[in-house]
Amino acid sequence: MASFPETFDPKYLSHYVMRRAHPGWLGMRYVDSGEDWVELELPWRADLVGDEERPVLASGPIVSLMDMASGMAIWTANRVFKPVATLDLRVDYMRPAKERNSVFGRVRCYRRTRSAAFVNGIAHDGDPDDPVAHIAGVFMYIKAEGIIG
Amino acid sequence: MAELLTAYARSLGISVDDDAGETPVLRLEFSHDIEGRPGALHGGATAGLLETAGYAALRTELERRKRVHLLKPINITVEYLSAGLPKTSFAQGRIVRLGRRNANLTVEAWQDDRKRLIATAVMNILMVSEGE
Repeated sequence: MASFPETFDPKYLSHYVMRRAHPGWLGMRYVDSGEDWVELELPWRADLVGDEERPVLASGPIVSLMDMASGMAIWTANRVFKPVATLDLRVDYMRPAKERNSVFGRVRCYRRTRSAAFVNGIAHDGDPDDPVAHIAGVFMYIKAEGIIG
Repeated sequence: MAELLTAYARSLGISVDDDAGETPVLRLEFSHDIEGRPGALHGGATAGLLETAGYAALRTELERRKRVHLLKPINITVEYLSAGLPKTSFAQGRIVRLGRRNANLTVEAWQDDRKRLIATAVMNILMVSEGE
């Protein structure tokens, strides 16, 4: 059994959570993080294309990327891992990503209350000043084995 | 018949469950590849299913009206209502308004019980005509 550091470390956790299940299947990677933000990468892959005309990543996996980056931004801001459930996630698409290009998801947790955490962020394909999408979301803390609803 | 599933949708494991109704019902079998927390469907996979069902509804209606467009996403808002369990999920979209250039849709996802939704989505899709 691995021992986890006292303070939440997104880079460390990413070795575990991105090796398995949906993030692992999508091939997400840790890129960078700060006080209250995390950036992840979703590499381009032919079977994740959502457009019959162009070889660009579908919007679905980008939502998965932003959802994952949101959770990690919340844990980073909290300095501790507390399971969260997504309540609401909004994605505004500015433009399609570049062909055969990775998409990066950078999410910041800008507000935390006792029961909820609020995030916003961007998806970009290399230049954070020219985003592919903007996102905003609300998450709720849940009991370890509990589920919302 | 309109192609309802993208490479991503097929890769995720989405298939058409029932296309007899006004808009198609899509299904997604649970697998480890779409798991989030242990024993729960990943929110991104739920969003992928909702979004695919939204596009499928719009493509079906456009074909019925013999309209040809390139579809581009404007936005999607997903409300998560209860955790997706490790079982088959379904989704169906409804066109709220079909304009000349924009379509507004709502989409519902459920598992065992059509009335107990696990998530809903609101989507705006831009419909581009050739030469535009």
